[in-house]
Amino acid sequence: MTAGISTTTVSGVIPASAAQKYEEKAFGFWIYLMSDAIIFALLFATYVVMLDNTAGGPTGKQLFSIERAAGGTALLLLSSATFGFASVALATSNRLRVLQWLAVTAVLGLGFLFLEFGEFRSMIVEGAGPDRSGFLSAFFALVGTHGLHVSVGIIWIVVMIGQVSIKGLTRPVASRVMRLGLFWHFLDIIWIGIFSIVYLPGVL
Amino acid sequence: MEIFGRLTIEAFPFYSAIAASGAAITVLGALSVIAVITYLRAWRVVLFDWVSSLDHKKIGIMYVMLALVMLMRGFIDAAMMRGQQAIASGNDGYLPADHFDQIFTSHGTIMIFFMAMPFLSGLINHIMPQQIGARDVAFPFMNAISLWLTVAGAGLVLISLVVGKFSTAGWSGYPPYSGIEYNPGVGVDYWLWAVLIAGVGSTMSGINFLVTILKRRAPGMHLLRMPLFTWTVFVTSILMIFAFPALTVACGLLALDRTFGMHFFTNAAGGNMMHYINLFWLWGHPEVYILILPAFGVFSEVVATFSQKRLFGYISLVLATMAIGILSFTVWLHHFFTMGSSADVNSFFGIMTTIIAVPTGVKVFDWLLTMYRGRIIFKPPMLYTIGFLVTFVIGGLSGVLLALPPVDYQMHNTTFLVAHFHNMIIPGVLFGYLAGYMFWFPKAFGFKLNETWGTWSFWCWIVGFYLAFMPLYVLGLMGMPRRMEHYDIAAWQPHLIVAAIGAFIILLGVICLGVQLVVSIRDREQARDMTGDSWNGRSLEWATSSPPAPYNFATLPIVQSVDAFWDMKQRGVAYRRPDRYVDIDLPKNTFLGAFIGGAGFVFGFAMIWYIWWLAILALAAVTLALIIRASDDETEFTLPAREVEHMEDERFAHLSKAPRNELADDPGFAGGSVLEGST
Repeated sequence: MTAGISTTTVSGVIPASAAQKYEEKAFGFWIYLMSDAIIFALLFATYVVMLDNTAGGPTGKQLFSIERAAGGTALLLLSSATFGFASVALATSNRLRVLQWLAVTAVLGLGFLFLEFGEFRSMIVEGAGPDRSGFLSAFFALVGTHGLHVSVGIIWIVVMIGQVSIKGLTRPVASRVMRLGLFWHFLDIIWIGIFSIVYLPGVL
Repeated sequence: MEIFGRLTIEAFPFYSAIAASGAAITVLGALSVIAVITYLRAWRVVLFDWVSSLDHKKIGIMYVMLALVMLMRGFIDAAMMRGQQAIASGNDGYLPADHFDQIFTSHGTIMIFFMAMPFLSGLINHIMPQQIGARDVAFPFMNAISLWLTVAGAGLVLISLVVGKFSTAGWSGYPPYSGIEYNPGVGVDYWLWAVLIAGVGSTMSGINFLVTILKRRAPGMHLLRMPLFTWTVFVTSILMIFAFPALTVACGLLALDRTFGMHFFTNAAGGNMMHYINLFWLWGHPEVYILILPAFGVFSEVVATFSQKRLFGYISLVLATMAIGILSFTVWLHHFFTMGSSADVNSFFGIMTTIIAVPTGVKVFDWLLTMYRGRIIFKPPMLYTIGFLVTFVIGGLSGVLLALPPVDYQMHNTTFLVAHFHNMIIPGVLFGYLAGYMFWFPKAFGFKLNETWGTWSFWCWIVGFYLAFMPLYVLGLMGMPRRMEHYDIAAWQPHLIVAAIGAFIILLGVICLGVQLVVSIRDREQARDMTGDSWNGRSLEWATSSPPAPYNFATLPIVQSVDAFWDMKQRGVAYRRPDRYVDIDLPKNTFLGAFIGGAGFVFGFAMIWYIWWLAILALAAVTLALIIRASDDETEFTLPAREVEHMEDERFAHLSKAPRNELADDPGFAGGSVLEGST
């Protein structure tokens, strides 16, 4: 019985080995993103269900500015590209470039949030806040949840800028940057959904 | 703005003797736990070996402890309701309506979220990694966060007895009644934040279990060699990952309505109540299967072990589990047939609901055929399994009845429904978990639970169950609505008295469980299991010592068959020593998990009472803890090979002294101690 547990030690391929651990973390993160995607799917569904529930208040057509939304979209898409450059720099272990591109990504993300806050603020000032109607509640919940995610992403970028500066591109740091990348691109995809379902119908 | 939000001295329950005594019992309970720990001088052990532990086995045990405590609390609620309904014929009984409503809400909330869910997570945590030959779950730190967020949610429910009131809106919290307009107090907020915080923990548990199963199986453990319990955990994890977001959204939006005056589910201003109910049950129905599938897994392990046979129809059980997992997302509308969907929609969901009974029926036949011609040993876990089989089929039949929309229109919101789902969940879920508790207790602690008291607990539970719930079927047919605080129809009372007697017998069953635990701990030396293989088991969790070493397996097992450990015993390789041991990496202890749970509790409490500065502070604390953890690259320590060898030496010394397993009369074990057949 040479195949019994006695004779074969599998220390070379034990699942606890480092490579396996990073793979597990990436896989787990993908699954988290799927779970988060369900949250957004349900918020999209909520928005569509509530679309006509304006309760005599303003409609999307009256409220949304396609220019502002297009500006936000441009910033966010560009930030996905700059994160891509950070990933390329990570692959070539260019620490300074990683830091630079992460910083640019964070600034673009902040620009996006600035536009979004501006939109929210002007809507609330006009009396079209989230407590005005079911439709506006759904709008603020959907777009706001995305904005909240972007804010978390920016905090995460700042943390990673700190880690890359202090620790360098060590393996755990690099794996975190990689997962942050997944998160950031995921938010881009969600935003494309928001742009298409929330803002575009207003001008079509 | 008040510094304590809407929290004032009026929040403390001096207004009613019953509420005040509930608060007193809660406070005394907490104080007595603190006193006992202090008396035993066990703070160091509690804090440094348990609260800060990332060991999946200890986390599992803490989950089950939480579940058992909450079972007591949920049961007291149930007994109070049965007592009230037994006497409140034509009078007000002893509970005011507002209090009665809080009790049925907390009963349901506790039993589902804070009894069943922790029990399930506890059994999975302790057993599943061992069944697949792993040393821990994939994400030990996230596991601790899940545990402590669940504790935080349970803590919010408990503290609502002392500070403020709990929800009166039922465990499903339907708007508009649960909205701020009709329910301005803190009750619904307690319910919402308890459920939301615990729900985040459950989602993370699902991710953790799924990655563990897919990435951490021992060599040779193909998917179709996984024990059935692990298979059910696999499907349950998928359901957790995809269903819990719906609960988060439903409760999150209701919280936005209540706290910020939004209009998702309000009567006016464009709210849509039906949307809440859709979202809630989009989680709620898969949740039923999240709870019941792992119990099916337990029954599968128990029935094979105590019939001393290979599980009948392994593949069909796997397929049935997968089928149930998929179908569980297609039946949610049967919870609200009466809310006015078209006949076509109702028909679709009615048909899907009857279809989902088919794979469940397949399972029942598989378990029966496993028992057929087996040499059945009637230990308590097996008794619970047999009790489940009989009782569950009855509940299933009433479920198929309710799946027909025209019938449902008659029964909706009557006690017939209450009888039906208790008839599924008590045998299907609770009996399963209790069977698992008694089956795996010796694995966790190294000694068996007392069988006499276990048997008594079973008989009390099953007799009490029939007495408590069969009358509710009759009452439902007589037209009694659920959740009635008092009633004027005298013909109902005899049935409700019988139901109260049933609840009393279940109380005896609960007491038996407590006595069993105390007696077993007292007599633990006589019931000590040296082998690690308490029941002549079949799957890999029985290949470790009892209690298992921190690393579970000194060398990872090589799996060649379903029933991997049984196969090893047959081949005489189950207890071989390796030529050499290797260093093993294990997660370091940390208090950050418990800290995040504590901050989650504070955050929930602050949101409930509108103490905004505290909520922000708590969120900042969570963020800071996560950043600290994410900046720590030294989260593991190495257990050197010689220490592993030392621990294994001790284990084999125990093994050589162990008496022959009382159940091991299989030919593969004929003659002598467990070590025979090894080199």
